[in-house]
Amino acid sequence: MRYIEQQTVVKRMNGRLIANSIFKYIFLAATLIALLALVILLYRIVTQGAGHLSIEFLTNFASRFPEKAGIKAALVGSLWLMLVVAPTSIILGVGSAIYLEEYAKQNRITTFIRMNISNLAGVPSVVFGLLGLTIFVRALALGNSVLAAGFTMSLLILPVIVVASQEAIRSVPGELRDASYGMGATKWQTIVKIILPAAIPGILTGSILALSRAIGETAPLIVIGIPVIIQFLPAGVMDTFTALPMQIYDWSSRPQQEFQTVAAAGIIVLMAVLLFMNSIAVIIRNKFDKRY
Amino acid sequence: MTESAKKAVYETKQLNLWYGSNHALKNIDLEIMENEVTAIIGPSGCGKSTYIKTLNRMVELVPSVKTSGEILYRGRNIFNHDYGVEELRTRVGMVFQKPNPFPKSIYDNIAYGPRIHGIKNKKILDEIVEKSLRGAAIWDEVKDRLNENAYSISGGQQQRICIARALAIEPDVILMDEPTSALDPISTLKVEELVQELKKDYSIIIVTHNMQQAARISDKTAFFLNGEVVEYDHTDTIFSNPSDKRTEDYISGRFG
Amino acid sequence: MRPSVQEMIAQSNGKKNKKVIEKIIPIILFLIASVSVLTSIGIVLTLIVETVTFFTRVPFFDFIFGTTWLPFSNKEAQFGILPLIVGTLKVTLIAVIVAVPIGISAAIYLSEYASENVRRILKPVLEVLAGVPTIVYGFFALTFVTPVLQAVFPEIKIFNAISPGIVVGIMIIPMIASLSEDAMSSVPKSIREGALAMGSTKFEVAWKITVPAALSGIIASVVLAVSRAIGETMIVSLAAGSTPRLDGDFTGSIQTMTAYIVQVSKGDAGYGTTIYYSIYAVGFTLFVFTMVMNILAGYVSKRFREEY
Repeated sequence: MRYIEQQTVVKRMNGRLIANSIFKYIFLAATLIALLALVILLYRIVTQGAGHLSIEFLTNFASRFPEKAGIKAALVGSLWLMLVVAPTSIILGVGSAIYLEEYAKQNRITTFIRMNISNLAGVPSVVFGLLGLTIFVRALALGNSVLAAGFTMSLLILPVIVVASQEAIRSVPGELRDASYGMGATKWQTIVKIILPAAIPGILTGSILALSRAIGETAPLIVIGIPVIIQFLPAGVMDTFTALPMQIYDWSSRPQQEFQTVAAAGIIVLMAVLLFMNSIAVIIRNKFDKRY
Repeated sequence: MTESAKKAVYETKQLNLWYGSNHALKNIDLEIMENEVTAIIGPSGCGKSTYIKTLNRMVELVPSVKTSGEILYRGRNIFNHDYGVEELRTRVGMVFQKPNPFPKSIYDNIAYGPRIHGIKNKKILDEIVEKSLRGAAIWDEVKDRLNENAYSISGGQQQRICIARALAIEPDVILMDEPTSALDPISTLKVEELVQELKKDYSIIIVTHNMQQAARISDKTAFFLNGEVVEYDHTDTIFSNPSDKRTEDYISGRFG
Repeated sequence: MRPSVQEMIAQSNGKKNKKVIEKIIPIILFLIASVSVLTSIGIVLTLIVETVTFFTRVPFFDFIFGTTWLPFSNKEAQFGILPLIVGTLKVTLIAVIVAVPIGISAAIYLSEYASENVRRILKPVLEVLAGVPTIVYGFFALTFVTPVLQAVFPEIKIFNAISPGIVVGIMIIPMIASLSEDAMSSVPKSIREGALAMGSTKFEVAWKITVPAALSGIIASVVLAVSRAIGETMIVSLAAGSTPRLDGDFTGSIQTMTAYIVQVSKGDAGYGTTIYYSIYAVGFTLFVFTMVMNILAGYVSKRFREEY
C-alpha cells in the first residue's frame, strides 16, 4: 500500500498554492509600506518647506520672525563641524583598522579592542553627548566649541569608519601583499603603497556615510550645550557655533505654525547636503568598482 | 662555465618546518647551484611550495610557523637574527602562482621595487623599466601602453609583467612558484622560453606540478614527497634513470 | 655606465633607516586603536562617577523603585526613575509592534521572492530610510503622524506615546529588514532547492525552512533594533512630550529617559545641582538597558547559530 495518495495531494495543492500567493502579496505589501513611509515623509517635507526656500533663507541668520529666519549660521556651523570631524574620525578610524587588520596579533587585547568597537556602535548617541559634556566641555575646558562638538561626533562615528575600513582592507587580495613583500618591501611600505591605495574606495565610501550620520545627529549637540540663536559665524575651532539639526530642532519645537514651515525648509537643506554626500559615495563606489 | 666552477647559491642543511603541529618539511638537505634552473616536483601537499617560500622567508607570513636547521644563502644563514627579511628578498625575487600585478600602471608595477628601495631618479627608472621589460621579453608588446593598468592585458602577459617586476631590482635568484599553473599553453611556452633565457644571468628555482615542464627547462630536479627530499639529481638522470622506486612511480604517473 | 640596481639599493639603504619607521608605526597605530577602548572607559567612568555623586543626594532605592519623577519641584524634588522607564518602554512597544512584522516580512520578500531587479530598487530605499536623520523623523511625527492620528482618534493629545512609537518603528524597519535578510540569505541555496524539489511552495520554503534556519539572526536583529528604539532621542523629544508618568496611558504626554536628558540639557540646570547629576543617573540606566540588549543580541546570534 502507498502512504501518499496522489488524490489527496492534488486536493490539498490548491489551498497551498493560494496560501503561497496570498503571503507573497502580504510580504510585498509590507515592503511597500516602508517605501510608502519614505515617499510620504519626503513629499510632506518638500511641500511644507519648499515655499520658504530662497537665497535669503540661506544667507540670513536666525530670527524671532519666521519670515526673516535663515539658516546661515547653522549651515556654516555644520561645515565647521565637518572640518573637525572628518580628519579626526578618518585618522582614528583608518588607523585603528590598519592596526587591527595588519599588525594586531591574535591575543586577548585584540579581541578586547574588536569587542569594544562593536559595543561602542550600540551606545545611544545621547550617551556620547554626556561623555562629551564631561570630558571635552568641562574636563578639557573646551567649552561648547566646534572642537568639543567635533571630538564628540568623531568618537560617535568612529566604530562605523573602523568597520568599513577593516572590510575594505580585508578585501585587498593577499596576492598583492605577497608580491610586495616578495620584492623586499617592508610592512609599512606595503601598507602605504599597495594596501591603502587598493582599499581607498571602500574606506572613502564608508567614511562619507559615517560623516553624513554625524551631520544629521542632534542629541549629542544638545547635551554638550551647543546654542541655537547665534548671530555670528565661528572664526575658529574654539568658537561656539550652531548646526543644521540644532536649528531644525529649535524651529520644530516652537509653538507657532509658521516656524514649522521654516523647519521644513531647514530639513530640505539638510537632506540636500546628505544627498550630495551620498551621491559622492555612490560615484566613488561605481568609479573604483573592482579591478582585480 | 664548467660544472666545477659553479658555486652554490643556497645550501639547505637539516631544515625542518612545522605549521603548528603539522610537520611539513623534514630534514631537508639541498644544495642549489648558481646559473642553473632547479626544478622542484612532487604531488600536492608534498611541501614543495612551502620549501620555496622558506627560501625568501615568505613562509613566515603564515602565523604559527616554526623552523629548525639552516639555509645558507651565499654562505650566510638566512635565519640569523641580524639578517633582515627585506634585505634577503631584495636579493631573491619571487614570481607567484597566479599573476598578481598591482592595480597600477604597467610602468608603476615595474618601478615599484626600485622605488621602495630608494631609487627616485626618473631617467634611471625609465631605463630600469625598459631593461626589465626587455628581459622578460614583453617590451615590444607593452611599450606603447606603459601607462595602462596592468589588469588590462592578458593573463599570460600579466605573468611576464610580474617576472619583469622581479627583474627590476636585478636579483641574484628568482623563485618561481608554479608560475604557469594559471596560464594557457601558449603563454606557458613563452614563460618557459623566458626561463631558459634568464638562467644566463640568474639562478632560478621553479616549483612545478608539471613533470614535462621540469624535464623541458631544468638542469637539476628535486623530487619531494611527504615533506622529504626523495631524490635530487640532474634532470636527465631523474627522468631517465631514477634511483628511487618512488621517484619512478611518480614520474611514470602511478600516483600524484 | 650607471651602477647596478643592487648597488644603488645598497647605497640608499645605507642612507636612511627604515627600521626606525617600522618600529614606531605599530606603536602609533596601537595608540590610535586604543582610542576606542579609552572612549568606552571614558563613557563608563563618566557615568559611574557622576551617578555616584547623584546617589550621595538621592538614595539609590528611591531612584530605582521610586514611582514619581518630579525633579523640578521647588518644594520636594523626587527622583523615582520608573515613570521614565515606563515611558521608554511604551514607545519601544509601539515601535516593535510596527517594525517587527513589517521588517521581517520585507526581509522574507527580499530574500525569497524579489527578483534581482526588484532588490536593486528596494535595498537602496531601505538604506535611504536608515539614513534619514532622527530629527527629520521627529518633525514628521509631530507635524504629520500626530495630526493624522488625532483626526481618526480625537482622544489622542498633541504629545503622546503612539505617534513617536510608530515613527521610531519606521526608523528601525531598515535595521530589522536588512539584518534579517542577511541571516536568511546566508541559508544555503541547496537547502532551499532540496525543499522545492519535494514540491514545496515558495511560502512553505520561507516559513518552514529559511525562517527557522535564520531564526537566531532574525531574533538578534530585533533585539538590536529594540536597543536602538530605547536609545532614540530626537523623535521622542519632539513628539512624546515631557510628562513622566507611570500609568498605562498611551494617548497623552509621556517622557522617556532620553527625552529627560535633552530637556535638562536645553534648560539651564547649573553645574553641580542635583538635576545636573540626575541626567548621568538616567544616562547610566539607559546605557545599562542598551548594553544588556546588545550583549543579548550577540549571545543569541552566537549561541543559536545554525551550522550548515
